[in-house]
Amino acid sequence: MPNLIPALPEIFLAVAAMALLMAGVFLNPQTASRNVSYTSAGVLVVTIAIVGLVTDGTATTFGGAFITDTFAVFVKALILIATAVAVIMSREYLEQNGIFRFEFPVLMVLAALGMMMMVSANDMIALYLGLELQSLSLYVIASFQRESTRSAEAGLKYFVLGALSSGLLLYGISLVYGFSGTTGFDKLAGLFIGGDAPVGVIVGLVFILAGFAFKVSAVPFHMWTPDVYEGAPTPVTAFFAVAPKIAALALMTRTMVGAFGDLGAEWSQVIIFVSIASMILGAFAAINQKNIKRLMAYSSIGHMGYALIGLAVAGAADDAVTRSDGLQGLLVYLAIYMFMNIGTFACILLMRRNNRMVEGIDDLAGLSKTNPAMAFVLAAFMFSMAGIPPLAGFFGKLYIFLAAVEAELFALAIIGVLSSVVAAFYYIRIVKVMYFDDPEEAFDKPISREMKAVLIVTGAVVLLFIVYPLPILSGASLATAALMPG
Amino acid sequence: MSGFPWLSVITFAPLVGVVFILLIRGEPDVVARNARGVALWTSLITFVVSLGLWANFDPLATGFQFEEKLVWVPALGIAYHMGIDGISLFFIILSTLLTVLCVGASWESVQSRVKEYMIAFLVMETLMVGMFSALDLILFYVFFEGVLIPMFVIIGVWGGPRRNYAAFKFFLYTLAGSVLMLLAMLTMIFESGTSDIVTLLNYDFPASMQTWLWLAFFASFAVKVPMWPVHTWLPDAHVEAPTAGSVILAGVLLKFGGYGFLRFSLPMFPLASADFTPLIYGLSVIAIIYTSLVALAQEDMKKLIAYSSVAHMGYVTLGTFTATTQGVEGAVIQMLSHGVVSAALFLVVGVVYDRRHSREIAVYGGLVNRMPAYALVFMVFMLASVGLPGTSGFVGEFLILVGAFKANSWVAAFATTGVILGAAYMLYLYRRVIFGKLTKDDLKNMMDLSPREIAVFAPLILLTIFMGVYPVPFLDAMHVSVENVIERYETAVAAAQHLSLAAK
Repeated sequence: MPNLIPALPEIFLAVAAMALLMAGVFLNPQTASRNVSYTSAGVLVVTIAIVGLVTDGTATTFGGAFITDTFAVFVKALILIATAVAVIMSREYLEQNGIFRFEFPVLMVLAALGMMMMVSANDMIALYLGLELQSLSLYVIASFQRESTRSAEAGLKYFVLGALSSGLLLYGISLVYGFSGTTGFDKLAGLFIGGDAPVGVIVGLVFILAGFAFKVSAVPFHMWTPDVYEGAPTPVTAFFAVAPKIAALALMTRTMVGAFGDLGAEWSQVIIFVSIASMILGAFAAINQKNIKRLMAYSSIGHMGYALIGLAVAGAADDAVTRSDGLQGLLVYLAIYMFMNIGTFACILLMRRNNRMVEGIDDLAGLSKTNPAMAFVLAAFMFSMAGIPPLAGFFGKLYIFLAAVEAELFALAIIGVLSSVVAAFYYIRIVKVMYFDDPEEAFDKPISREMKAVLIVTGAVVLLFIVYPLPILSGASLATAALMPG
Repeated sequence: MSGFPWLSVITFAPLVGVVFILLIRGEPDVVARNARGVALWTSLITFVVSLGLWANFDPLATGFQFEEKLVWVPALGIAYHMGIDGISLFFIILSTLLTVLCVGASWESVQSRVKEYMIAFLVMETLMVGMFSALDLILFYVFFEGVLIPMFVIIGVWGGPRRNYAAFKFFLYTLAGSVLMLLAMLTMIFESGTSDIVTLLNYDFPASMQTWLWLAFFASFAVKVPMWPVHTWLPDAHVEAPTAGSVILAGVLLKFGGYGFLRFSLPMFPLASADFTPLIYGLSVIAIIYTSLVALAQEDMKKLIAYSSVAHMGYVTLGTFTATTQGVEGAVIQMLSHGVVSAALFLVVGVVYDRRHSREIAVYGGLVNRMPAYALVFMVFMLASVGLPGTSGFVGEFLILVGAFKANSWVAAFATTGVILGAAYMLYLYRRVIFGKLTKDDLKNMMDLSPREIAVFAPLILLTIFMGVYPVPFLDAMHVSVENVIERYETAVAAAQHLSLAAK
């Protein structure tokens, strides 16, 4: 009998998801969706507490296939917060579009479960299990608005390309297994000391990376992102932009650093290329976008490029201190990215006229006159994403670039900062539309209480990070210590 | 030093005003009136407190004064470290003074979104003062770069017809320069293990690294100053910005670059500075002569003054890199003088713009007949800009040219032609706007300066003449700090020469 304590949060979430599903079926259909939705959010919050309580140092179970450590705690907390907020934010939208079913929050909970398993995966099989649980849930919610062809198309596209990427990943895993004889990360880590690996493992590694790059929508495997973001219902897009990205990057980090740490010189080359390509494409392709969801898709591609710098450093650097600085930068970046993105999507969700969503950037025109508070927070998010101090986004970039400089990846750093200038163009264009242009018709009011709360909390984090950065910074540094012993 | 946190109070006092303005509710008229009142009082109090800084400043002390230090990000050793020396002291007072005048100058001319306007200026004041008192690289960068946000909004919301273009150009130009500086700062932190400016001032970076660091800082400061050929954002920004925006832009933001050269480039990278001095000389001389010629051809008053700013800032960079006492002190005085005079000139243009809503020189003419007081005020600042003895402009330019002659007489000779050209374009402007017959009908009922406008100009006139006649208090206060910078530069350069001689 394996020790179940380390996996307690996952077990709790799985049982809760099933219970919620049953409750949804048997409860009064009038109120079921609403109750299941609120309970799901509650369950997710409780899971954060369980994650925090259960984990005490590093522990493995299920024959070493499952691991919990401070790294997992940090990332899981981010994922659970993002999912809980996404569940809360989606209620109003779904109700207005007449697609509010109890399956929706349950699917979100299942996706979160998959992501938690990804973060805790310590074996290729466990990795694949978590990834597929997450992906299958996401395919369904992408096409949740069944009557809309765009939503259906988004789901289908996501499914086909996701399946392709899973195929690549599996092929890579099988190559690695074939040439090394194991799928466990701990065993793999002991095989390549000194950086020597059979060619088959290297090839397999490249395929695995390609599969991961799909999931984090890094260039050149990003093509699905803008279409899926645009087509999926907006709260789903908000969810896609945050939680799965964080989970996939965490998975990527654990696999690369945990299992193939000694091959850093090999895989970091791939990461550097992917990172540069993502930053540049994210910066230039977004310039001409008219639809704010598409713009956010390219923006998130760019942000993944920056986050990957941290991973590149963790692979390329010679000394352990720099490597862990790279990882810390990555985690800080992800945490800040989560708050900025949730906040921005909360604003996008509020872009409604006469009960219909509008998605054009031009629809924001003159928002500073019609709704000054919302314009102000959205402007703060935009400046933050552009990396302008004193907002939180600047510190994310600061950590990432400091790590890049330490690892002497100067080309990466210079391309990074210059593409951030290009990207600043489209972020400040949104500020321009809101503040400099003449007002359009105002958006629907009143704003529901939960949306207000989301905006206030995320806005406060972005604005006040500078005053009290320690919680996120020390959390990230604690999390890094787990991956980088010594 | 006393325990009173002078610098933090001056830096963050405007934010208290912002909070008050945010709390104002009610009818639009009432809100606007109260917002103006709160902004004026906040900026006045801040200004008065900042004078206390000067009163308590010890001109003989070496090192930084009014220091405050708080741990901020312990893991990286980044601290909230504030402090000033004789160089930054006056820039802080200049910033607080100009903010008061900006609020005063916008009293009537800004009628839309008054609340937001005042908030933008108060936030700007916080960032400017913070920039000049920051003694930590990251803290400095936060303030340095944060200024972009309020200025972008000020140009874009209250600016002229091409405000979008100007605001974007301003934002992206300066951002592009600054991000490279950020990388250089990170490299410095990594190399030296600290982000503390006081420590870094005595840290010897390897010569090869200095070159790159210097270039990265140069990319940022050259855009800010601005130096030819990256000055093109400035005329656009000035023309489109509202009057008070131009005042802050010319009065304080351009000084960020000059201050940066003096605080970072010269003392921290002395060897690279010595190597690149010819580049600075060349660009400065081109800036002085070329932009003066461009200014001669302008049809728009604000554009003309914008180009004259580039020329005047050319003297600043020239003086800074002569690395002589006269040159550097002249550069600081020139920056202060330019901060007062060009700010005043933009206000002067703002006066007629408020009445006639045009900045075209050709629209005006013969204003002396209707507006004698205005003509007088304009004349004082015009002559100060030309560098007439007895005005602040003279002291700065003279000291810089003395320094330049010591360093390189050819450069000085070319730079001096700029003085002549400067007189040419300013006098030509003055003649076309003020003199001649008052023939244009729509000028015939222009009102002379109102008491409010006189109140705005009076301190600037006094300051211009005081600095011109008796610059000693200013020079005394900055002398020790300037000597520190030069001594640091010369020892490092001498040591390097000694080393290369020994190697032979």
